[in-house]
Amino acid sequence: MKNQSGEFNFIYTGIQKRRRRWLLVTVLLTILAIILCGSMLLLGNTIYPIQEVIRVLLGEQIQGVSFAVNIIRLPRMLAGLFTGFAFGIAGYIFQTILRNPLANPNVLGITSGSSAAAVLCITVFHTSNTVVSIASIIAGLVTVVSMYFLSRGQSFSIGRLILVGIGLQAMLDALISYLLYISPQQDIPAALRWLSGSLNGTKMDDLPPLVIAVFLFIPIILLLGKHLNMLELGEQMASSLGVATNKTRMLLIVSSVFLIAIATSVTGPIAFVSFLAGPIANRLVGVGFSNILPAGLVGANLVLAADLIGQFAFEYRFPVGVITGLLGAPYLIFLLMRMNQKGEL
Amino acid sequence: MSSSIFSKHKWADKHIPKNFKIMLIISTILLIVCILASLFFGARIISFPEVIDGLFSRNDSYGANVVRKRVSRTIFSLLCGGALGVAGALMQAVTRNPLADPSILGVNTGAALFVICGIAFFNIHTANQYIWFALIGAALTATLVFGVGSMGKGGATPIKLVLAGAATSAALSSLTMAIQIPNAYAMDQFRFWQLGSVGSATWNAIATFLPFLVIGILVAFFTAPALNALALGDDVATGLGVRPMFLRLVAALGGVILCGAATAVAGPIGFIGLLSTHVVRLILGSDLRFNIPMSAIAGGIILTFADVVGRLVSSPGELEVGVVTAFIGAPILIILAKNSKVRSL
Repeated sequence: MKNQSGEFNFIYTGIQKRRRRWLLVTVLLTILAIILCGSMLLLGNTIYPIQEVIRVLLGEQIQGVSFAVNIIRLPRMLAGLFTGFAFGIAGYIFQTILRNPLANPNVLGITSGSSAAAVLCITVFHTSNTVVSIASIIAGLVTVVSMYFLSRGQSFSIGRLILVGIGLQAMLDALISYLLYISPQQDIPAALRWLSGSLNGTKMDDLPPLVIAVFLFIPIILLLGKHLNMLELGEQMASSLGVATNKTRMLLIVSSVFLIAIATSVTGPIAFVSFLAGPIANRLVGVGFSNILPAGLVGANLVLAADLIGQFAFEYRFPVGVITGLLGAPYLIFLLMRMNQKGEL
Repeated sequence: MSSSIFSKHKWADKHIPKNFKIMLIISTILLIVCILASLFFGARIISFPEVIDGLFSRNDSYGANVVRKRVSRTIFSLLCGGALGVAGALMQAVTRNPLADPSILGVNTGAALFVICGIAFFNIHTANQYIWFALIGAALTATLVFGVGSMGKGGATPIKLVLAGAATSAALSSLTMAIQIPNAYAMDQFRFWQLGSVGSATWNAIATFLPFLVIGILVAFFTAPALNALALGDDVATGLGVRPMFLRLVAALGGVILCGAATAVAGPIGFIGLLSTHVVRLILGSDLRFNIPMSAIAGGIILTFADVVGRLVSSPGELEVGVVTAFIGAPILIILAKNSKVRSL
């Protein structure tokens, strides 16, 4: 009896320890995000003193500072924050549900699906921005569904899913190239936005749908996060614990696709953020805990830090997608090597 | 030392696959149709007398000049397609992997990265110089991808190789982006090269390309019987007097030379190797002594056909041939992934 309670205590302190670590990591990531946001506002061609920036943010008009902060830096900072958050969380969901760190929206071709639909709407049908966003969301979902059906064999295999995803992506990219080729010159800048990740030229008007989507879907995902944890234990375990596995999975995937498509419509696909955020969060907090919020924060930090690096670290200003690509790609190869060595593929 | 590979063995008998003659006849007809289509069709459809003029007289009419330009282009697309077809067959045999294609394995991206480096840092600007950079890039990338993909137990399984290729591609293309963005001159040159496709073919480019093609084809010709033995497994092959590692090295080098040279002159063109080898294997079975030459013919036909399609769908301009081949080839990848058994992945 005594032994049992000792064991229980041991497990309980384990949980407590992990919960403390989770809290610590979340708080630290939040602080880091705030610092990065602050630097995004302070730094630029001219560095303004912190008091002036705060006064401008509170609504005061100061010659020069108001324009730089309100029109250029604030939208840029908010776009980076929210898209990073959205990409991080969506990537984490995909990786957790498919139980494979390689399974992320970029590799699976979902981003390409959204982009192809958006480019089609912009260059061929000349629709409004709202229609473009809706079409890209639907196309993302259609890509997920068709991938599911195409990779259904005798039994589900993540390898096959990824292969089908790579094939779909090649086709969709070819389609995009074709559309760009036939489209009139004046439509190309708007279409290019969907192809490479950049925070340049983000306007305040672009942000509301993104902010609404983040505040709408994040609570849903966080609520389902508990179930996600059980899903990680495996299909049978989860259903015996009372999780409606298919419904949960579908809801989570749909929410993630919404987040990705809307975030992509603002900044374009920022390479590797959805891929990196999950593993980093898991490393920081430890697995076995719902790391949705940390993954989102890691994503936001990644985008903001990469944008600062891209803006100021080199002679030339690189768009954020190039920096995240340079950071993420070696990690991807490293991860592959490790997975191969462990025989996880 | 090499005699053990190249000499004749019992397993290298003279049995001709039963569909070989029929396929030879059909492919000859297709080849002629493609050549004629490539001469007649384009931004301007040339009349029969003009084609005759262009081919056989010194007439200086507009049509005749167009035909002469199209002759070099057609020859180049046939050679280039043939090279890519043989490269695909060699790589598939070396890796014993039905999905190996220069584009899927990321070798094209490696060649592209080295070409952009050459343009940006070493000030190269002719096909003669591109070819060496592309070859080094292709060879290094192939080594890296095979290295990463064959780690761990089970060696280089298809899924591991494809993933390693996709990851390496992603990594290298973000590097390519990072190099070309700050360098306007390199970007211009590179884009010209990247869009060059087979349309930019001059007699000079063909002359540069030809020696590499000959070397690659000789390698394929002499290694084919031994590669047949390798298909039975390393142990059996050793028993039959083949040295697996040496053979792999030679054959892979041949494949890299072929696809690196083709990429250097024509820009990255994907999926030709995958398409041609699979069509051929479907009809002829798996004897490489017949598959390799037939893959070369099939590759030439497919690339020429894709080039004609690219000229017609976006007349009066031209769609890059790589876009067309990706659009035709990617579904093949999906079908292969769909039909493959989980075991073999």
